[in-house]
Amino acid sequence: MTVEKFDAIVVGAGMSGNAAAYTMASRGLKVLQLERGEYPGSKNVQGAILYANMLETIIPDFRDDAPLERHLVEQRFWVMDDTSHTGMHYRSDDFNEPAPNRYTIIRAQFDKWFSRKVRAAGAIVLCETTATELALDGDGKVIGVHTDREGGIIHAEAVVLAEGVNGLLGTRAGFRKLPKPEAVALAVKEMHFLPEEVIAERFGLSGNQGCVIEAAGTISRGMAGLGFLYTNKESISLGIGCLVSDFAATMERPYALLEAFKGHPSIRPLLAGSEIKEYAAHLIPEGGFKAIPQLFGNGWVVVGDAAQLNNAVHREGSNLAMTSGRIAGEAIAMVKSRGRPMTSENLSLYKAMLDKSFVVKDLRKYKDMPALIHTNSRNFFMTYPQLLSQAAQNFVRVDGTPKIEKERATTAAFVKARSRWGLVSDAVRLALAWR
Amino acid sequence: MHIVVCIKQVPDSAQIRVHPVTNTIMRQGVPTIINPYDLFALEEALKVRDYHGGEVTVLTMGPPMAEDALRKALTYGADRAVLLTDRHFAGSDTLATSFALSQAIAQIGNSFGTPDIVFTGKQTIDGDTAQVGPGIAKRLNLVQLTYVAKIASIELSARTITVERRSEGGTQVLKSELPCLITMLEGTASIRRGSLEDALRAARSEIVKWNAAEAGIEDITKCGLRGSPTVVKRVFAPTPRAEKAAQIDTTEKTVRDVADELVTSIFTHQPALEHELSSTGSA
Repeated sequence: MTVEKFDAIVVGAGMSGNAAAYTMASRGLKVLQLERGEYPGSKNVQGAILYANMLETIIPDFRDDAPLERHLVEQRFWVMDDTSHTGMHYRSDDFNEPAPNRYTIIRAQFDKWFSRKVRAAGAIVLCETTATELALDGDGKVIGVHTDREGGIIHAEAVVLAEGVNGLLGTRAGFRKLPKPEAVALAVKEMHFLPEEVIAERFGLSGNQGCVIEAAGTISRGMAGLGFLYTNKESISLGIGCLVSDFAATMERPYALLEAFKGHPSIRPLLAGSEIKEYAAHLIPEGGFKAIPQLFGNGWVVVGDAAQLNNAVHREGSNLAMTSGRIAGEAIAMVKSRGRPMTSENLSLYKAMLDKSFVVKDLRKYKDMPALIHTNSRNFFMTYPQLLSQAAQNFVRVDGTPKIEKERATTAAFVKARSRWGLVSDAVRLALAWR
Repeated sequence: MHIVVCIKQVPDSAQIRVHPVTNTIMRQGVPTIINPYDLFALEEALKVRDYHGGEVTVLTMGPPMAEDALRKALTYGADRAVLLTDRHFAGSDTLATSFALSQAIAQIGNSFGTPDIVFTGKQTIDGDTAQVGPGIAKRLNLVQLTYVAKIASIELSARTITVERRSEGGTQVLKSELPCLITMLEGTASIRRGSLEDALRAARSEIVKWNAAEAGIEDITKCGLRGSPTVVKRVFAPTPRAEKAAQIDTTEKTVRDVADELVTSIFTHQPALEHELSSTGSA
């Protein structure tokens, strides 16, 4: 039996857990972090894109030694139908700034690096150790965790639940429900190995420049979903994710979607000659503001994916995770420094601070978006992409048809597919949800 | 009782990629593990310690990142870890490695008590030579028991050990004096899961780090590339041993047809064979 007691136990060593552990340890708290994987990042399969600012707040000089793949200079947004894509590309030399704004990363390597920082800050990190259950006292206060190792309970003043989207600790303890199928996406992803030179040539990149494609349309077969392609140093991550509830309703198979995405005439040439290194699947919280559970309680707080903190519209997850982890760490450190107990009342400081941050503000802004996209997914992911492709083709194809007839045909196609009222209503609802 | 276990951090061969052009192993990004055979050695050492008392010291030679392997060994329950790390050791072959390790083991003896048993795995999965264990034994003048499948008993008062050793003809039961060096076979008891206490202790332990001088090595010319007579002449990808198996459809065919087709197929692939057989008149 271990008799020692920690100021805080952090369950999980992903972005939110590492941010929380680092923040608390560097403020002098006695921190224990538990990770079920063999090493931090070993279970992680995120894409992934790292936004610099949120990490900079925690580790200002991260660029010195963090394993970053490429800084992004080009972002492509594609609307796809079965044979085409209509795209908007944004590329700017401004992104070749001395301290770039966002990077592609490989989480298995990045998380290892982050964890070294956490340990250097003074936290103890135990890997291959799964927290199996929260330990509660008679009053229902969380006093520590049970693990899958022999030796009983490890005690702590506060437990930070950074256990990821499917975290069982909090749900087992009844602090929150498992996410609903309509509030999580299932994403499947492959890593394709390609030599650095080939990637550079194919995407028009030099040095550490990177490019990202994000695509929506018929690739998700009418479900609410998104495809992506990220360039790493010598590999390409690509994948596609759709809401779990949509998968359930349509009985579409995720791997079949990915195969079709890979075989799409716009994607296939980008992957030619590559070698598959890795295949993975993961859940992504998509419920937005309305899905955020209770964030704190007697002796505990919840951060990151476990708290459903993910901005589906801007495709930001890990920076919300990092920021919520940091804020939770700061809040706990403040309560500790005031010599107060880690009660629900005192830990409400975390929520108060989080509410003031971009995390909750952004999610609140888009609070109606998940419902809109969900109820209207067929229109947004099937009908409109097809119409858009038709319109673009009408515009560019030269075949002797008078232009006025082409424009009429385009308009007629939109009206026929959605009716005037449907078009206006979709536009208004989209605008409202965006506002 | 003091037991030293030599381990090595190796790339996880299940996840290794070979560079398509240079044929060299691409180590970047490949996860590392403790050489699986060494884990059998470690478990055996821990069992002996648990039964007879004493301490287990794990020793490895490698780059600073080999510390991860040692920390893991501590999590399993080892008492102490020594990392032998020095630029002078870079490029060591089995001769230079066994020299450095034997010196370090002698130094461990001076610092923490003379070892009664030195364990190694039967071989590593990256080099596959099985030479380092015997090399250490020779240099330290220890009795060597290789390919041990089981430790039958240890008589501490008489300072003897009885082991079962697998050999080609069967199992040998060998009795030896202590101290000795044992190289463990796979398939013995698999490594335990350390307790919470072990895991916490491992996370907090300071790993003893020695450079060549601290390990008591005076003759640096016996270390690293300079001390390694092995030369890699060429690296190449082996050609596939066999072509893809040919298949003959047997549905709706008589045995004779299938046999004819088979013989034809063999002769098509081995024209020399057809010539040879027809000239001897047996075809």
